[in-house]
Amino acid sequence: MILAWLILLLLAAGPLAWLLDRRGSQWPRWIALGALAIDLVLTLILWIERDAQASISSQGVRLADLSLPWIPRFGIGVHLTLDGFSLLLVLLTLFLGVTAVVASWTEIKEHVGFFHFNLLWVLAGVLGVFLAMDLFLFFVFWEVMLVPMYFLISVWGHEHRVYAAVKFFLFTQAGSLLMLIAILGLVFIHAQQTDMVTFDYQQLLDTKMDRTVAMWLMLGFFAAFAVKLPAVPFHVWLPDAHTEAPTGGSVILAGLLLKTGAYGMIRFAVPLFPEAAQTFAPVAMTLGAIGILYGGMLAFAQTDLKRLVAYSSINHLGFVLLGIFSGNAIALKGSVMQMIAHGITTGALFILVGALQERLGTRDMRRMGGLWTTVPGFGAVMLVFAIASLGLPGSGNFIGEFLVLLGTYRVNVLVTVLAALGLVVSVIYSLALIQQTFHGSANESWAVPDLSMRYLVTLGSMIAVQVWLGLSPQPVLDIAGKALENLRGFGNEAAIVSRR
Amino acid sequence: MTSEDFIALLPLLVTALSSLAVLLLAAFRRDHGLVAVVTSLGLVAAFLTLPVAAGVAPRPVTPLLIMDIYALFYAGLILAATLAVTILSYGYLEKQEGQHEEFYALLLFATLGAMTLAAASHFASFFLGLELLSVSLYVLIAYVRTDNRPLEAGIKYLILSGTSSAFLLFGMAVIYFQSGTMEFARTAAWVAGTIELPAAFLVGLMFILTGVGFKLAVVPFHLWAPDVYQGAPAPVTAFVATVSKGAMVALLLRYFVEITALRSEILWWVLAGIAVLSMFVGNLLALFQDNVKRLLAYSSIAHFGYLLVAFLAANPLTVEAVTFYVAAYFITTVGAFGIVSVLSKPGCEAETMDDYRSLFWTRPWVAGVFTVMLLSLAEIPLTAGFVGKFYVFAAGVDSSLWVLLVLLVVNSVIGLFYYLRVIVVMASEEHREDRRADLVQTLPVSYADGLVLATLSGLLFWLGLYPAPLIRLIQTMQRGLIGS
Repeated sequence: MILAWLILLLLAAGPLAWLLDRRGSQWPRWIALGALAIDLVLTLILWIERDAQASISSQGVRLADLSLPWIPRFGIGVHLTLDGFSLLLVLLTLFLGVTAVVASWTEIKEHVGFFHFNLLWVLAGVLGVFLAMDLFLFFVFWEVMLVPMYFLISVWGHEHRVYAAVKFFLFTQAGSLLMLIAILGLVFIHAQQTDMVTFDYQQLLDTKMDRTVAMWLMLGFFAAFAVKLPAVPFHVWLPDAHTEAPTGGSVILAGLLLKTGAYGMIRFAVPLFPEAAQTFAPVAMTLGAIGILYGGMLAFAQTDLKRLVAYSSINHLGFVLLGIFSGNAIALKGSVMQMIAHGITTGALFILVGALQERLGTRDMRRMGGLWTTVPGFGAVMLVFAIASLGLPGSGNFIGEFLVLLGTYRVNVLVTVLAALGLVVSVIYSLALIQQTFHGSANESWAVPDLSMRYLVTLGSMIAVQVWLGLSPQPVLDIAGKALENLRGFGNEAAIVSRR
Repeated sequence: MTSEDFIALLPLLVTALSSLAVLLLAAFRRDHGLVAVVTSLGLVAAFLTLPVAAGVAPRPVTPLLIMDIYALFYAGLILAATLAVTILSYGYLEKQEGQHEEFYALLLFATLGAMTLAAASHFASFFLGLELLSVSLYVLIAYVRTDNRPLEAGIKYLILSGTSSAFLLFGMAVIYFQSGTMEFARTAAWVAGTIELPAAFLVGLMFILTGVGFKLAVVPFHLWAPDVYQGAPAPVTAFVATVSKGAMVALLLRYFVEITALRSEILWWVLAGIAVLSMFVGNLLALFQDNVKRLLAYSSIAHFGYLLVAFLAANPLTVEAVTFYVAAYFITTVGAFGIVSVLSKPGCEAETMDDYRSLFWTRPWVAGVFTVMLLSLAEIPLTAGFVGKFYVFAAGVDSSLWVLLVLLVVNSVIGLFYYLRVIVVMASEEHREDRRADLVQTLPVSYADGLVLATLSGLLFWLGLYPAPLIRLIQTMQRGLIGS
């Protein structure tokens, strides 16, 4: 039941924040922060408690489970499960949720209550996506993320917010509907075999089907997840949405919504259709490699600071896609690591860029330069995350990218070589970011305040997590390890590798 | 006629008596409020007799009507929608001086016609019900005589509706000529006895489809819809969009399921063509509308295209899917036009996009309800509309109608675009500085209207979150239909 409470708390806090806006704009902020903090603490308690009973890394796969009937006509149930893999992503969601609230503290001045309503509902949707074990429920949460995110971009965004928000909504929705058809196709094939209509993930896993059918259904799922991830060429919504969204929105978009795409592939697309995924793998891996190079190169070409960070996501998520479809346990773990590390790094970069824009009133890098002397705090923190983003050893990104390359090398050398070249590209744009913004001569004389204590605490905690991921990645890999090994379709060597 | 026959007919009888009561009342005392209350009470009373009538269902009453759970279910939908329309009409008409009592009598006549359609089992009752509905609508559409556009819409509807009735009658005649009967059940028996449907019979069905298609406003019989939707007073638009279409769907479904019309491939392809055209024409033209009422008109054309996909699946899920879809559509459409209605008054309809500008910040509750209704029309989860679409998809997948489903997806995305456009306008920050905007945005919403809108929103979320009870009800109803 605890899992339902996690989601319901956020869903209930949303309207409360909206209503109490009348009492003063501090109310919604504290309510949102409080609800997220309570959720975070509850999840941590759950983790520590259950871990003491049965170590996740050794045997216990499910930490919590909830199953209730919902629409019996179609065998649809409210089925939520928390395993090690979900746990990591739930923690990431709540952590980034807190940072998003803090980052919006001074930026959002209008309609504060409605903003936090949307923020909390997006996060509730994301939590649901990471926990749902019923395909119908999963789809519902998948869509619940969408509408509030649309509002976050279109109401509080920057210049071209409406265009960006509509583009985001249409792309995602097109992918989702294809997935809905695929879900129904799978369910009906399963029903024909067993005479039982069910949307339950565990039961659908055993569906046997024709190769061609499996391929089409897999592509239906892939369409939805590839748009969210985003995989080139379905990425065109991303730069606009990320650039135009308010800071809190960008943090959630880049940090969490993209991860739901990767999560969907790992949890659903591959295990439900392992053979089809294997056949399709070369294409997906090529798309991943293209994303790495293309995203990196476009990031370098940007003059808009926020757009640069947005394109860097395409670069990083390319590694995730590559790792997932290499069908290899090491690469898969690398992908999961990359998902978490990228969430923290990009979240932090968006917070920094947002705070900088709030002070300077521009995101144009051509107008910056030499900012280090004015705002040294910004420079130092930005440098930390820029080098984390380029994958320097000691950061979580390094672990993720390294493991992905290590795993992929066994499967496809050519793609690995191309992807490794992408690492060079990410060094170039990350350093260019620092160089053009903080170094060199000042193009304009800015006199703005440095990072406040609120930001320092938030970003400091993000640095701590990032360094912890980089220096001691094993606990994270262990938490997810058992859950990942139980997923089908990721190669036979899974068992061997985990024994170390 | 035995007493059981009367019990089975109670919902129709109560509605008929209420309309007479309203007419008599208007003759003796002109009191808008009183008439509206009597009308509402009559509708509620008719609704309450449904369970009583269900006790003796299924029961054929004369060869003309069959009072089964199916008919009663649709009667329930029709009565509930009419009740909402009645309350909205009161709020709407009250904003203008004048005598409005006859409006309610006509509304009740139209409702009676719609209920007759849902229960028809014979061409005679089919045509009687249809004409009772149509003739009342001619007047209702043109009810606000002080303005030109309602009159124009009324006459347009009159002429086109008359033409389509002629087609319908001709179709009935052809079918009678072939099968020698006007009763649905006997036609079904005759069809079952033929190996291949004769061409003339199919021609007859096509003519009937023309008449039905006109009422449903599916392409290519849709040309009246935008003008009538725009011209008619907002509450009447809600009635045209829901009750008149819903009753027609009920009839079409019953007739086609009974005579297994879709076993004819030609007919299937014709309907598939109509479905695809309706989706595309409706959605693409809606993209270019700057008038919210016209936009909703085109969107409703598209919605009937979606509904036909479930219809074409022709599998055990069809009746269930279509009925659920219609129920969700009723709630959403009455809700959407309800919002238009509370923001409008006779002669001054809130219809341009500009009228809705920044409504979110000036009137958050009204804008919130409208947003929810639009999201349900766009079939986003948590709303009734989504479960309806889910049903259509499920029916389609079960019959492997992949091409139609992919076209449906394409159309859903196009549809989403223009629903979002309205939401964007409502959420925009710019205020419009002229008197008209003030007028639209400051009209008070009465408690009764507020209650209707709140109830509809509640129902919308209830069906979206927990559709199980309604699904069970529809399943009971469906067993009766297929068994008969």
